[in-house]
Amino acid sequence: MSPTDPLRPHTSEGPLLEVTALQKSFGTNRVLSSIDLHIDSGQVVALVGPSGSGKTTVLRCLNGLETPDGGTVAFRGGPSVDFGARVTKKEALALRDRSAMVFQNYNLFPHRTVLENIIEGPVQVQKRPRKDAVADAERLLERVGLAAKRDDYPFNLSGGQQQRVGIVRALALQPDLLLFDEPTSALDPELVGEVLTVIKELAEEKWTMVIVTHELAFAREVADEVVFMDGGVVVEHGHPDQVLRNPREERTRRFVQRLLNPF
Amino acid sequence: MDWELARTSFWPMVSGSVVGTIPLSLASFAIGLALALVVALLRISGQPVLAGIARFYVSVIRGTPLLVQLFVIFYGLPSIGLTIDPWPSAIIAFSLNVGGYAAEILRAAILSVPKGQWEACHTIGMSRAVALRRVILPQAARVSVPPLSNTFISLVKDTSLASVILVTELFREAQQIAAFSQEFMLVYVEAAAIYWVICLVLSSGQSALEKRLDRYVAH
Repeated sequence: MSPTDPLRPHTSEGPLLEVTALQKSFGTNRVLSSIDLHIDSGQVVALVGPSGSGKTTVLRCLNGLETPDGGTVAFRGGPSVDFGARVTKKEALALRDRSAMVFQNYNLFPHRTVLENIIEGPVQVQKRPRKDAVADAERLLERVGLAAKRDDYPFNLSGGQQQRVGIVRALALQPDLLLFDEPTSALDPELVGEVLTVIKELAEEKWTMVIVTHELAFAREVADEVVFMDGGVVVEHGHPDQVLRNPREERTRRFVQRLLNPF
Repeated sequence: MDWELARTSFWPMVSGSVVGTIPLSLASFAIGLALALVVALLRISGQPVLAGIARFYVSVIRGTPLLVQLFVIFYGLPSIGLTIDPWPSAIIAFSLNVGGYAAEILRAAILSVPKGQWEACHTIGMSRAVALRRVILPQAARVSVPPLSNTFISLVKDTSLASVILVTELFREAQQIAAFSQEFMLVYVEAAAIYWVICLVLSSGQSALEKRLDRYVAH
């Protein structure tokens, strides 16, 4: 495919996203204390940690589903948003438009067919010609093995198929950053593989991705960097082999042990 | 049984339905539903003043008899210099009434759509208005068809109250025929039967609509 293929990531070198001192509380509950993240273009970052550690909140802050109380989120090429100051609606929307989220529960639109789910954003929001959006959607569906399902409603699909549609819906927006919020947690075990395979292929194509996951084996295989969070802070981050096999921090070691030997 | 009277009174009553009951119901339901949507959206807007106004409106409508609302508009307003003809008075009263009840139905239906649907709209770049129009309301519509059908069917029967403000509709025809013929039982049972048939048609319309809106739900 040509280098200008809209369905391929906009590859470039260097940093894509810089998150500094991100903070978020819900009432008196401090969920994120001070999170720093650095993500390069084409990099796959796995966010791991116990539930309640704040990893999903980080993801949601990046996509504007939560508004941080402080800290900055800066994309190369803009916007650079300082949540310590007043954030304009325009800035918040510009930030939202750089990324697209894949949800744990897929959140497909049940009243629209697979194809309609995918072209909804490109056509209704990005105002792209319907013909182009449909052509792109069909190619993306082909790629994840769901071309035959284009006119089905989501309720006719298995969980794994729905999640693959969820991924395609995010891809169709042509975002610079893909966010995955525990993309396989709602799936029956035998359906996890088909979703992880798709994500792995995206990694090979050099999409920039942040993945919140409990699948440590998958994180080790796909991620360029693993970030371990606990209690609203980044405890440790680095190469997957280092963080997941030879953790420096006691908390990381305990977490990895627990996931490897649950009983 | 006076079959001749049953036959001769049938057509005036059917005609009263066609020129009175049915258009009055349709117009009031359409206007009331539009009003209800605005009120429901105000109530969930998060704006305390607007939500308060909406809550007050719903409270007044649900807390007062429809007949009294009709009298206030038709007989009451002229004393403060505002005279409205029977037909517009009836449409105003019925629309306001439907608006109050349907607003609560729509509000509940909108709130029944899972939060994840709003989030999916957000992530694909939609504004709240577009999300409502394209994603939330179509799903809320499915949930609200049974209770809205109830409201509509009640409205059809309530339009008989318009007879007291001189609107020519089914029941006013019946009253006039009954007064003239003195055959109260026959004429009023006949009127009841016509209302029932209209409501049966509406019920089957409801079933068809529910079936259509259910096509994307697992059974």
